Amino acid sequence: MKRMRSIVILVVLLALVLFGAWWLRGGRTPPVSQAASQIDTATLKDPALIAKGEYLAAVGDCASCHTEQGGARYAGGRVLATPFGNIPAPNITPDRETGLGDWSFEDFWQALHSGKGRHGELLYPAFSYTSFTKVSRDDALAIFAYLQSLAPVHQPAKPLGLGFPYNVRSNLKAWRALYFQEGVYQPDPSQSEAWNRGAYLVQGLGHCNECHAPRDALGGMQNSPSLVGGQIPAQDWYAPDLSMKANGGLSGWSEQDIVDLLKNGQSARGTAFGPMAEVVAKSTQHMHEDDLRAIATYLQSLPPRPLPPEDKSPFDTRPILAQGAKVYAARCADCHGDNGEGVAGIYPPLSGNSSVNEPTGINAMRAVLLGGFSPVTDGNSRPYSMPPFAQQLNDSDVAAVVTYIRQSWSNKASPILERDVIKYRHTPID
Amino acid sequence: MKRLSAKLCQARRVVSACILYFVMAIAAVHAGESTPARIPDTIQQRIAACTACHGVHGEGTPESGFFPRLAGKPAGYLARQMKDFQDGLRKYGPMEYTVRQLSPAYMQEIAAYFSAQEVPYSRSPMPSLSADALKRGEQLVTHGDPARQIPPCSACHGSQLTGVQPDIPGLVGLPYDYISSQLGSWRTKTRATVTPDCMSEIANRLSASDISAVSGWLAGRELPADMHAQEAGSVTPPLHCGVLGDKGDGA
Repeated sequence: MKRMRSIVILVVLLALVLFGAWWLRGGRTPPVSQAASQIDTATLKDPALIAKGEYLAAVGDCASCHTEQGGARYAGGRVLATPFGNIPAPNITPDRETGLGDWSFEDFWQALHSGKGRHGELLYPAFSYTSFTKVSRDDALAIFAYLQSLAPVHQPAKPLGLGFPYNVRSNLKAWRALYFQEGVYQPDPSQSEAWNRGAYLVQGLGHCNECHAPRDALGGMQNSPSLVGGQIPAQDWYAPDLSMKANGGLSGWSEQDIVDLLKNGQSARGTAFGPMAEVVAKSTQHMHEDDLRAIATYLQSLPPRPLPPEDKSPFDTRPILAQGAKVYAARCADCHGDNGEGVAGIYPPLSGNSSVNEPTGINAMRAVLLGGFSPVTDGNSRPYSMPPFAQQLNDSDVAAVVTYIRQSWSNKASPILERDVIKYRHTPID
Repeated sequence: MKRLSAKLCQARRVVSACILYFVMAIAAVHAGESTPARIPDTIQQRIAACTACHGVHGEGTPESGFFPRLAGKPAGYLARQMKDFQDGLRKYGPMEYTVRQLSPAYMQEIAAYFSAQEVPYSRSPMPSLSADALKRGEQLVTHGDPARQIPPCSACHGSQLTGVQPDIPGLVGLPYDYISSQLGSWRTKTRATVTPDCMSEIANRLSASDISAVSGWLAGRELPADMHAQEAGSVTPPLHCGVLGDKGDGA
């Protein structure tokens, strides 16, 4: 009996050691040298392939993360703030020492498709391989050829700003088991070609869901339906729901409205601002019209959303609404209209605007505080702008006017409190 | 009798027509009011994000010195500042956010607008500085300090210190707080520009007391009759400066 027990203990211990060894080092693969790659260098120098890759890199908005403010394009250095710490984007120019100069296409594919570095190390999902895994091998090759055609920039990586336990890369095994499904996009034969193209762009390279869906405490997106909207962690903006059906964030939008917003930065229904302004400026405005239409086709198929819960706040909002109405008449109505209707082609309507009605109120609060320009695009090269009210309105007035616009005309969103304004007034701007 | 009632009838018709016309006119006025006022297609209207703080004509807030005056500053200088905020060389969150997505052409246009504004200069509050400090300030501005390789301000900013087209700003008519905080920000690295950043070098050669002396003397100086920047090419800067075209673009 005693002997039996010690055998069991031994077996358990052995299993633990083996598991630990696998946990900490398993899965490492050596890099594929450029000489051993199945892709020869002549293929990578094909100008048509490089041009295709340049377009796809714009669709994926790669430069946005892989370029530091004021830095050389694609040389990395922009730090992505996450609730777990800061993750700097690496240099992806073909510098041999600090970039992708020695990488083979197989190495690149392993990163984009499987979320593993050149030596098999697990990559942090701040690099959105959860979406990029859907990119086809042909498209990945074009992007790689484009990146390899850039002028090499020598810029060493910044140190990773993660503390324990997040700095132990092997822990990503558990994260990946929960949230990562590897696999290229599989077309749905029952849908049109345009729908499939849209789905491929939205779910894959466009990585829209990385912002437009809620993340849980571990930073993953497991159970929520796609594109339902979510607060962007650490950045404090809300990426609205993208459904165009009943109760959706884009309910009432037409296909043309979607194309206009992505192409010009504004549509008859709304204007891109905050992080979306950057997406439009650097990525979507450069996309071909048929790809934008494909995206709109796909978004049109997103299902209706459940009716949002009715606001049952216990306090009487009438005094706040009266105060908000006064501020609105004095500061907002000249541009956004007495009935929140906006001015076509210039100022967005506030009635029925998804960024006004999103669940948190963050977007409306921050828009009032920060103001700003809609993005400069070919279709809107001299945009109108909104004054920042951070210096002119106190927290109580901001809360009142935001509550007023969220509860007037067709809007029925929750009220905003002064303490919310205090919180977002001091959010760092990035 | 019949004729009288016919006349009354006619009068009633005229009065009714008048009332109806009047009511319709009021309705028309109201209808006119309920459609949004036409938004003027002017640069001034487009840049409400700028003018909310800097003033419709770029007059700034001379009382506090917090929002700098933009009116009349050389356009190349103003466009460069926007680019520097865009690139994170100048640090101020709200400005970085506002100019983030602007194109070079639009920034030029905005700069040209403020540069062309003619706004009278007003006096700002002055700190009390000793006569010695003001003398030291005057010395630094007009002669520099050769021992510490500090050139005189006038060598670049013009004989009247009103700036030089298109890239060098004037130094007179600005509040003490504004000048001293700019000199300070070159030392704390919250204000920089393309290299070689000669103003950063100079500011770092000044001591804290030098900064308040220079700022005090400049802020208190009698304004010259003509506050416009000198013409382009009228100074030969003693240092190589990135903003003055060392990099080839000059703006």
